[in-house]
Formats: sequence, C-alpha cells, structure tokens
Amino acid sequence: MSAVRAAPPHHRRTARTAADVRASAHVCLAASCLASGADTVLAALDDEVAGRGLADVEVKRVGCLRLCSAGPLVEVAQSGQLFEHVTAGDLGGVIDALSQVRPDRPRQVSTRPFFTRQRPLVTENFGRVDPESLDDYVAADGYRALRQAITSMTPAQVLGEVTSSGLRGRGGGGYPTGLKWATVAKATAPDGVKYLICNADEGDPGAFMDRSVLESDPHRVLEGMAIAAYAVGANSGFVYCRAEYPLAVSRLRTAIRVARRAGYLGTRVCDSTFAFDVEVRLGAGAFVCGEETALIASIRGGRGTPRPRPPYPAASGLAGRPTLINNVETFAGVPWIIRHGGGAYAAIGTPRSTGTKVFALAGRVRHTGLVEVPMGLTLREIVFDIGGGVPDGRAFKAVQTGGPSGGCLPADHLDMVVDYESLKEAGSIMGSGGMIIMDDTSCMVDVAKYFMDFCRDESCGACVPCRVGTTQLWMLLDRITRGTAERADLDQVERLSSTVAAGSLCGLGQTAPNPVFSTLRYFRQEYLAHIDEGICPAGVCSISEAHA
Amino acid sequence: MTVHTLTIDGRDVAAPDGSSILAAARESGIPIPTLCHLDGLGDVGACRVCLVEVDSHVNPAARPQPACMTAVREGMVVVTVGQRLSELRRTVVEMLFAERNHVCAVCVADNHCELQDRAVDVGMRHVDLPSVEPLLDVDASHPLFAIDHNRCIMCTRCVRVCDEVEGAHTWDVAGRGIDARVVTDLGTPWGESTTCTSCGKCVQVCPTGALYEKGRSVGAGAKRRRPFLPYLREHRPAGEP
Repeated sequence: MSAVRAAPPHHRRTARTAADVRASAHVCLAASCLASGADTVLAALDDEVAGRGLADVEVKRVGCLRLCSAGPLVEVAQSGQLFEHVTAGDLGGVIDALSQVRPDRPRQVSTRPFFTRQRPLVTENFGRVDPESLDDYVAADGYRALRQAITSMTPAQVLGEVTSSGLRGRGGGGYPTGLKWATVAKATAPDGVKYLICNADEGDPGAFMDRSVLESDPHRVLEGMAIAAYAVGANSGFVYCRAEYPLAVSRLRTAIRVARRAGYLGTRVCDSTFAFDVEVRLGAGAFVCGEETALIASIRGGRGTPRPRPPYPAASGLAGRPTLINNVETFAGVPWIIRHGGGAYAAIGTPRSTGTKVFALAGRVRHTGLVEVPMGLTLREIVFDIGGGVPDGRAFKAVQTGGPSGGCLPADHLDMVVDYESLKEAGSIMGSGGMIIMDDTSCMVDVAKYFMDFCRDESCGACVPCRVGTTQLWMLLDRITRGTAERADLDQVERLSSTVAAGSLCGLGQTAPNPVFSTLRYFRQEYLAHIDEGICPAGVCSISEAHA
Repeated sequence: MTVHTLTIDGRDVAAPDGSSILAAARESGIPIPTLCHLDGLGDVGACRVCLVEVDSHVNPAARPQPACMTAVREGMVVVTVGQRLSELRRTVVEMLFAERNHVCAVCVADNHCELQDRAVDVGMRHVDLPSVEPLLDVDASHPLFAIDHNRCIMCTRCVRVCDEVEGAHTWDVAGRGIDARVVTDLGTPWGESTTCTSCGKCVQVCPTGALYEKGRSVGAGAKRRRPFLPYLREHRPAGEP
C-alpha cells in the first residue's frame, strides 16, 4: 500500500524541450499501476535510458493509461505501443521500441478496439499529461477555457454553453447541469455568498472513474470548478474527497497549490477581478456522504446524515447559502465544452443523453479498466468490443451498472443503448459509471444480497425504512441463499423493498432495493430454485442441509 | 406575511409561508400520525410515519413526503390518507417493533407509549417482519434516570431537546445503520457525564420506555406521561387526556 500512498519524488536527469525529444516513454502512475510496481518501473526505465545515454529519450510520468488490469503500463507515445505488465527487471521491449522511433515517421496510435472505440474527452489528457505538472497541463490547452470564460464571456454566456451542451450530472442522477447552474446563479443569499462543491466521494463498489480523473488530471477538475464558480457567482469551493484516495488527494492538493501560485485560483483569477479558491475536505469513510445534504453536513463537521429535500442545496446548501454541487466527472467535462462549444458536445451521444461517459469496467471481463465512450453505444459494444468479453470461455450472465443503487441487466439486454433513459427503463441506472460484468459463476441472489449488505452497512440509521428495512431485507435474502426460505419470504422481500424505496429519506435508502428489483425481474427463476428446490444454479450459495 | 392556500384531503386550508404541512393540517383538525416530531423541537423527518402524498394527482409516482418537514406551497394538493400511505405507515411501525425489544406487557411505558399508540393508529396488529432484536445494554449509571436501548426507537427527541432547549448537548447519535445508538458525552456512561444537567427533559420527551426515571418506574406501565413543559407539547387529539 505504501506505493499507492506516495509516489517517490522523480527527478528528471536532464531538462529537455519538446523539440529535443525523439521518443518518450509514458509510465502510468495512477493508483492501480503504482500498486503493481509502476514506481520501480519508472526508476528502472530512467536508469536504463540514462545508462544507455539516450539523450533524446524522455521518460515521463503520466496519469491512467486505462488498461488497468494489465499494469504496470508503459506507452511509447510516438509509436502508440502499449507495454503491459512491465517489470523493473524486464524493460527490453520498451527500450527497443524507444530506439526504433524515427522522428520522420508520423505519430502512430493504437489500433486495439479497446482504445479505438473510445472517445476521450474528459479523459483526453490521460496518459499524456504529467498529473503533477501545471506546465504540462497548460501545454495541453489547460486553463484556456477558464481564461476564455473570464476574459471574453459573461457568466450568462458560460451558462448558455453548458445548457446547450445538454450535459447531465455524471454522479448518477443525470440532472441537467445547465439547469442546476442556472438555479444557483439565480438564487440569492442575504450576504451574497454562494458556495461550490465538487463531490469526489466516489463509493460504489467497483467504480473508480473519479479517482482516475483526480489522479490523472487534477487541474481539469479545478478548471471546471472555477468556470462553474464564475458562471454561478461563487467565490469559494470545496472538493469533498474520500480519505481512501490518498494519491488523488495528494495530487489534488499539489494542483491547488500550484494553480494558486500561477494565478488560476485565488483573489485574481487569470488577472481578473474574479476571485475563487478551493479547499479539500476529506470524508471519513461513509458512503452516504456522497448524498449532497449529508455531504454538506459532513463538510461543516457534523454527522453525515441527510436531511429531506427540498430545500435543495441550490437554494439552501452549505451554511444555508446557495450551493452548487457537481460530481468530479461533471466538472471535468466543462473545460472541453467551453473550448469547443456546447453545440459540439451536444453533437456527441444521443439527443437526451449527450456527450461521453466514463465507465470503470470491472469483474469478469478481459480488459478491466477505464473507458470513455460516447453515450448511445450498446452494452454489447462496451462489454465485448471494448472490454474484450468474458474470459476463460465462460458465458456472459449480467452486467451491473449504477452500483448499489443500480441493477443487473441480463444477456438479452446487451443490444440496449446505454443512456440515462434506457438504463432506467430497464430497471437499472446510469449511476456514476461502475460497470461490473458477471459470468455464469455468479449467483444473482448472492449478488443482490451483497449489495443489500453494502447498503445495510452504509445506512446512516436516521430514517426507519432504510435503517431497519435494509437489515431485514438482508436477513431475508440471507435466508434464501441458505435454502431455508419459503415462498412467503419472497413475497415479503417484494413488499419490504417497495416500502424501503418509497419511504426512505434519502437516495441511499430509496434506491437500495434496486438490485433486488432488477434481479427479481430478470432472474426470478434463480430465487425460486433456491426456495423451491434448494439449489443454487450457479453453485455459489451453500444451501443448508436442512433443506435437503 | 404571505399566506398560501392549499388543499389537504380535499379541504381548502390557509397557512402562513414557511409553515409545514403538518402544522397546517393540525390547525384544521386533520390528523396526521407522527412519532419523531414534537411541537417545540426542530424536525428531522426520520420516522416516516407522517408521510403524505404531495401533488400526487399530477405525478402519481411521486414519492411521499414527510408532513413535518415539507413546507406549504400555494396550490399544493396534499393527501394524508389512502391505501399506499396506510401500508407505508403500518410497515414503518412494524419495522420499529421488529428492530428492538418491544414487549409491551413488561415495559415501563405500557399504556403510556407513543409507539404503542401509533401501532393502534395505523392498525398494526402483529409483526411479520424478521425480528432483528439485538441484546442491548441498559445504562443505569445516572443517579436519577436510566436508558434501556432495547426500547429506543432512535427518534432523537432526547438529542434535540438536550441540544435545542437545555443547551447541554449531552446526547448524540453514534454508530450508523442498524448499529446507531443514542449516546451521552461521546459514549461515556450517563452517570459520568460532565455535561448532563439532570434536567430530565430527555426522559419527558422520550416516546417509549427507553428513558425512564429510576426508583418509581420499574414496574410495567409505571412510566406516566408527565405534563410537558409549556414549550414542548405532545400532540393529543381533542378529547384525550
């Protein structure tokens, strides 16, 4: 774990300008590659390049190279070759590839479907920019959108671009971002104070989009926040990040420090009269703190307990002031929208779900990692074309989207288009972007029980339906997986699920039964097999002998 | 002062801006069951017993809202009765009975218990849901009072009265989910609390037999409803003692 906590300081042996560089090796230093030893690869590569006297070769630390399961990853930028599972002791292939780069050859890109089917927009700097270098970010058009917004656009024009982009909240709810911004822009506080919060409390099991963005391109999030602050009239912002993301927090803090020094944050943003600064607040490990009212309570130092809405934070949020809360990915999408225009963004994706979405592919899929795709691709394209399908010759069974608030979609939904509406209609949700692929070794009752256990554990305990209901649902599902349940228990699961969904105070409880609803909808026969026949079709549950 | 007119159960009702649906309904004599709400204390909307349908004629799928915390709006259409609401309220009360140990026959609050009253109100006659019933502690370290966590329903009235009225903030909530408990002084025994003023307000506002006075109230039904301080009022329908 220590490798994840702090990457060792990296000193470039020689200062080079872009013109001097013939070939460059990009070493992924996001958490997953670091955990598998990317820091030692970086040091070894540095030594090797220096040892061989390759003066025109640059070894660069970059953010996520996306194919997380194959880390540590090193990419030779000019040839587009990606080296997987690189170890400090075996750099041969990388060195050879670096030697073979010819300055007169055009830059190559990977032809693998994992990469070609993606449309990097939020993640456009991934694997290209050193996440700890402001210069690198600025060289990649960084902070251009902020300068453009502040110097040549009115707040209303910025708002107009975001509204016309059709961008919707990427935290999962899909609320139109432009509308949310407009509400905050119009809201007034007696003292004129407004706040802006970036929700980086990513907590869905199997989801790592926000972590990757913060680790790979933290300045982009700050830039998006500053643009939003300008549009809504806020001068003070917070990033609420979970403490379990030490690397993201440290890179974010570095980014804030250097952005402040360079005048992109502070009292005179981009030499204008607009003032905006950002503070980092750490979460203490509660999933419910991703809910905006609980998040606000937590930022103020209180117990992370949600309160009923309305009033929405846009009207009365942090310290009772109008507060804009967006997710990391939402803010990270904003600079692109300002640079290219809302229309260009709206041209990507589907009419009601515009733009791109970052997904974290996990579970039983060949290429585990981070993907950014235009809205409107089918699940099949994401899971099979990009994800490479299910490994070990097993059969695809279901894909889980939306984490504990989402649902499991079966194979006959593979040709469904991925956008907010279709997913909701099918009984799941877009969610923040976690996508867990399951094969025939997964028992769907067990999956439902797993997510219910998660919600039960993460419930804050304030309202009765969530506090008691999730525990009782978990007890009933546990009974089913042990083979001691009766049909009446299944009826009770359905009745209880409806009560928890309708009666709970916040989104956690309201959506906690979704995994149960969706597995009952598509895999009811598995529930019945457990109850009536005492069989777990996937062979996961240990059915008690009492039944047999 | 702005006044809004709205409809509650088909009746036209006028209520000042900022007032809750609950206040507006009660002023017009329309009963809405409550549990965590107490006149004089801030609301938290936690028990979900006061859920009502708001503008369900426009959007039938809309989630019910807590009457105690939902502000009235001009033209709002509120429905406080119906099969869906009855079912919800009954299940919520049933959940509370299944959560901890609520055996009325041996409880100090028997016949003087708001949870018991609500069970009658919502027509809950038996508990079908799986019972959680952990074996919890009784903290009797305070010289005058005791708390039996087995009978606590986490309404947090004690937390609120101690903070908002007495200003001591001895009580708070620790833990989360099903493991959440009210605690004194960050979890130190009540008797060792340095902030507790022994005012007894928490005991007075407790709707069940969880908080009780020592000595006189060990027998079943011994915890009487004492007259509340004038600024704290339990709502009792007209005609009830």
